[in-house]
Amino acid sequence: MAVEVPDVRESYPQAIYTVTLGATREGGGTRTRVVTVGGERALPFHHFEGEIPNPPVVAMEVWDVPPDDWPDSVKGPFADVLDSPGKWARKCVEEHGADLICLRLVGCDPNGENRSPEEAAAAVREVLASVGVPLIIWGCGNPDKDNEVFPVVGEAAAGENCLLGTITQDNYKTLVAVATAYKHKLIAESPVDINIAKQVNILAMDAGYPLEDLVIYPSTGALGYGIEYVYSIMERARLAGLGGDKLMAQPILCDIGREVWGVKEARAPLEEEPAWGDEDLRGPLWEATTAYMYLLAGADILVMRHPEAVRAVKRAIRMLMGEER
Amino acid sequence: MILIGERINAGFKDIARAIREHDPEPIREWARKQAAAGADYIDVNIGAASKDPADMAWLIRVVQEAVPTPISVDSNRPEVLRAGLEALDGRPALVNSTTADDDKLAEIIPLAVEYGAGLIGVAMDQRGSPQDVERRVENGAKIFLAATEAGLPPERIFLDPVLMPIRFMQDQAVKVLEAIREYTLLSDPPPHISVGLSNICSKTKERSLITRTFVVMAMAAGLDAAICNVLDEELMAAVATAEVILNKEIYSDDFLRVWALKRSKGGE
Repeated sequence: MAVEVPDVRESYPQAIYTVTLGATREGGGTRTRVVTVGGERALPFHHFEGEIPNPPVVAMEVWDVPPDDWPDSVKGPFADVLDSPGKWARKCVEEHGADLICLRLVGCDPNGENRSPEEAAAAVREVLASVGVPLIIWGCGNPDKDNEVFPVVGEAAAGENCLLGTITQDNYKTLVAVATAYKHKLIAESPVDINIAKQVNILAMDAGYPLEDLVIYPSTGALGYGIEYVYSIMERARLAGLGGDKLMAQPILCDIGREVWGVKEARAPLEEEPAWGDEDLRGPLWEATTAYMYLLAGADILVMRHPEAVRAVKRAIRMLMGEER
Repeated sequence: MILIGERINAGFKDIARAIREHDPEPIREWARKQAAAGADYIDVNIGAASKDPADMAWLIRVVQEAVPTPISVDSNRPEVLRAGLEALDGRPALVNSTTADDDKLAEIIPLAVEYGAGLIGVAMDQRGSPQDVERRVENGAKIFLAATEAGLPPERIFLDPVLMPIRFMQDQAVKVLEAIREYTLLSDPPPHISVGLSNICSKTKERSLITRTFVVMAMAAGLDAAICNVLDEELMAAVATAEVILNKEIYSDDFLRVWALKRSKGGE
């Protein structure tokens, strides 16, 4: 007997905003390519329900100072370039296919090296000169210091259409002004809280910043560390965005590497946890698996660290986009 | 919530005079005010001011020259409705309204189909306004079935369970709430459910309070549209809050501003 399968496809009235990062010479910058994310009119990879014009992209993380808390298994692939943001970035792009570079200005942290805004700007210029992909520039996370650094860094990268982050509910005015003045995009951060995610976007909009130039960073949890909370927030935000809520219709960024490489499942050496297997395999696997989850939750930009994890995730993206079997 | 601005109605003296004298200014002003307040539709009700279809056509043209907002063409006369629909410039519209009477259904539903408009069906019949839940449901279902059979999808059908003044018929509001719950079960997705909201507070002292209290209760029951005073800011704030409480809008501390923002962009 023939069974009639009901058509349960959903359609949505609004597309997620399309955000283009980077600017080539014609656009007033010096990038050799731009990256466009967002624009989807369906849940992640539901190609049968609506258009998904831009695949998710992978940004690889580069620091302005050699990282002191990365385990050897993720430092290893970059051992020869960790003291040079420019070389490090080039390696990510040329050898590992990074779509973007996420330059993290950790060195500016007052509790660390407390580097000056000018030193940060020098790092930005170094990376801009050494690669042609667009940049994410992420502050050290100390609000006062970030507010000193970003005006200088934003100007150093003027016209390059970078993605700067992050603005939060408590600290957004300076960064909004910098992004407006020097034509950059912004990451809006919230602490695993959809209500605050919406509120940050309202605050940015109030300060005169366009909603279509924001990327939502809802915080990220590593696999095993609250990933399901973030997942459900991303899902709800995306459904609201597709359903017509313009304050929730921004592309979403997930900071995978930073979270994953902070948890013991990725870090612990074999000697400490003999039952867990080789950390050189386990760590990248943890990072890739975490990233897969976020792809399915609706991530548009993944910030990652390990080349093997990046390779696996980029392949998964091609498969999910139907470009590779 | 779909809000249909009620003010361009010949029941108001300034509008009746404007229609009789073909003075466009008061019409334009109320169209602009209601659009600015976030109306999703502007109701255009010629009422008893004129039986001439040409007057309805004039009225529609005046409103659509003033604002880009969709229009609810309001009359109980099919020929007047047709004249109004014919005058439209292609924007979304509602046919307001049919009753459950066979002759009305036969004449008015085809108008909604022909002009690609939504349809408001008021659960009345030749016996008058319904006094109980059963009649409201029976008439509502009859309109819904007839409209569906004519090809209108549920999202273009608005059922009105007939709201009565609390001052004169205090037992009716609770029956309307029950009928709203029943309407939500008619289909999946259900049709829209709308009321003439200001009916409830007729001749009362606390008009706004009664209206906004009822609308919140009705929204909890399933109401998702209303012909109402969109300029009543406290009413709008209550509707905005109810949408958050019903989890139709993601909460943020500035949810009232989110509401205003959405409304200022034409109800998107």
